Amino acid sequence: MKTDIILAGVGGQGILSIATVIGLAAVNNNLYIKQAEVHGMSQRGGAVYSHLRLSDSPVASDLIPLGKGDVILSVEPMEALRYLPYLNPTGWVVTNTHPFINIGNYPDSAALTEQLQALDRRVLVDADALATECGNVKASNIVMLGAAIPFLDIPYEQLEAAVRGIFGRKGEEIVDLNIHALKTGFEIAQQQTKA
Amino acid sequence: MQKRLLLGDEVIAQAAIDAGLSGIYGYPGTPSTEIMEYVQASEEAAEKHIHCRWSANEKTAMEAALGMSYCGKRTMVCMKHVGMNVAADAFINSAITGVNGGLIVVVADDPSMHSSQNEQDSRFYGQFALITVLEPSSQQEAYDMVFYGFELSEKTGLPVMMRITTRMAHSRTGVALREKRAQNELHLPADPRQFVLLPALARIRYKKLISQQAELTQEAESAGFNLFNEGQDNSLGIIACGIAYNYLMENFSGKCPYPVVKLSQYPVPAAMIARLTEKCRKILVLEEGYPVVESQLKGLIPPEGFTVSGRLDGTVPRDGELTPDLVAVALGLQQTAIRTAPELVTNRPPAFCKGCGHTDVFLALNDAVKEYAPVCVFSDIGCYTLAALPPHLSINSCVDMGASITMAKGAYDAGLLHATAVIGDSTFAHSGMTGLLDVIIENTPITIIISDNLTTGMTGGQASSAYGAIENICLGLGLPAERLKVLTPLKKYHDENVAVLREAMQYEGTCVIVFRRECVQTAARRVRTK
Repeated sequence: MKTDIILAGVGGQGILSIATVIGLAAVNNNLYIKQAEVHGMSQRGGAVYSHLRLSDSPVASDLIPLGKGDVILSVEPMEALRYLPYLNPTGWVVTNTHPFINIGNYPDSAALTEQLQALDRRVLVDADALATECGNVKASNIVMLGAAIPFLDIPYEQLEAAVRGIFGRKGEEIVDLNIHALKTGFEIAQQQTKA
Repeated sequence: MQKRLLLGDEVIAQAAIDAGLSGIYGYPGTPSTEIMEYVQASEEAAEKHIHCRWSANEKTAMEAALGMSYCGKRTMVCMKHVGMNVAADAFINSAITGVNGGLIVVVADDPSMHSSQNEQDSRFYGQFALITVLEPSSQQEAYDMVFYGFELSEKTGLPVMMRITTRMAHSRTGVALREKRAQNELHLPADPRQFVLLPALARIRYKKLISQQAELTQEAESAGFNLFNEGQDNSLGIIACGIAYNYLMENFSGKCPYPVVKLSQYPVPAAMIARLTEKCRKILVLEEGYPVVESQLKGLIPPEGFTVSGRLDGTVPRDGELTPDLVAVALGLQQTAIRTAPELVTNRPPAFCKGCGHTDVFLALNDAVKEYAPVCVFSDIGCYTLAALPPHLSINSCVDMGASITMAKGAYDAGLLHATAVIGDSTFAHSGMTGLLDVIIENTPITIIISDNLTTGMTGGQASSAYGAIENICLGLGLPAERLKVLTPLKKYHDENVAVLREAMQYEGTCVIVFRRECVQTAARRVRTK
């Protein structure tokens, strides 16, 4: 088993938190993991990504080769499309549809939606709206993590345990919020992939 | 045994703690920053009283580490590649003095310049200093190398460099830890004159360093980090340095058909390379950074009997970091068809955070300079360098730490009026103070803006050595009190701030204007942790 995931978003949107949760779940599941992050200048509102590789045998490269990614998991719709060259022919795009607009020439929303709808394997989630319903828009990254669970080869329960592990020190309220967000994303993805 | 999931930088820090570290020194710089931060956050390091405060710059860090080594303790210095330029005087001379307690200098290079102004290769510095360079291919190897590096440093009496690159520094994986080793007892050098580099003594030390080169090469042959992997197809021989080895293995799912020298320790193990050139007439060198090994192999005269390819002949691009894909091209492997990103995807460059104080500084500065055009604004290294981009377009230079003040001085000396410098608080402490002294001594009529956000912002909010001391530093360097102004960069003070800047620019002498407002990121973190 091997799953190569491109995590994408804008600096400050919380993709490293997603990576931390998956990382903890992977280690607890005795999987090999390599996860290359971007720190520094681009974290100031720029495009950020992380290459996350999970496998039951040792992983050589920290970077995923072009055309070999199994999943693009993005917390921002335009950023999901940026990394398409990394996706393999049967790979899935799992993305938040709520745009993060901090540039003047952000694409037209209808054109963007059209591009996302044109993808043959996709899970499209308005994670900001769902996270707000869960209690805090900041949990949108965890909604997206939930939406990616069907593609991770890690059982839902393990990821829930990892969310508990990572957010535990922030108090029970935060843990409950994030588990609610995780479950919400997971359920939406199950509905969309069944169809 | 349960593995710990750690970033490459964190692995190096944990290894140092486990190997008996007594003190770590450094100055923040991507991608090296997390090494020191990990030690600072470690309860274990606190219990063991491991010294772990940021230094004013990389040179003072390197010197402090040398002092700790002098006392027989194990110590580490960490910096980004361009920091090595600042530390170089102390670094090169530390190879001449040698060490007492083990000393490892960790330098994190940034090929492709993700967060840097160049992509210089620190292996040259190691070669220049005539010391061992360790270049791990994996986080586990990095962990083991720190133990080995301290032992080698103490055995040879020389500092050891560990060179990593961005993908090693900032990639997370599971690492198995070893049994911990106690710190060294304080003990002074056996030779009381070892560290006295008077010419007569330095000549002796230098001869000793030269005489140790064969021993260092022998270590590289036998320590076990450099490996010779046999292959069944001798039509190509490959030398893969550091993490380039992983990209090679990725392309062959771990089973490379060609003989490979995995190179992770320098000086280059000549015997191992000779074994490869005996078998293979074509050699491909895969290395992250400059063509260091490739150049050594080629020399000036073409090598007899074999050809060498790599970055110099274009088999691998001359600049930028390696990827598994570039290595696939170099190997002539079939490329898989890949999708393209739709055209509507546009660039999203980094920008000032919402509410950042630097923004108000540049809004005021842009208004102030309007009537004096053309005004050249010399700037420096930090978040405020983003003012080079739209919408501000305020600055005309960014070269090295501290260059804003001194370049503005040189520009005035050349005849440019109203030359202005913009520098951050941490950069000012790092290398701006000495330049300001030059300016004050000549009373050069330039305006120096210190944009003080009370932290080292770009690297994530580390303590700034100038914290609470900027006015006293300026006055202490000889700036008259009436030429020092402290302002608050907020919209509501905009007109007032513009007026003060205009007045400073008209003044026929040095003026320093401190704009002070806390970084919004560190302020938010402070509120969260309360």
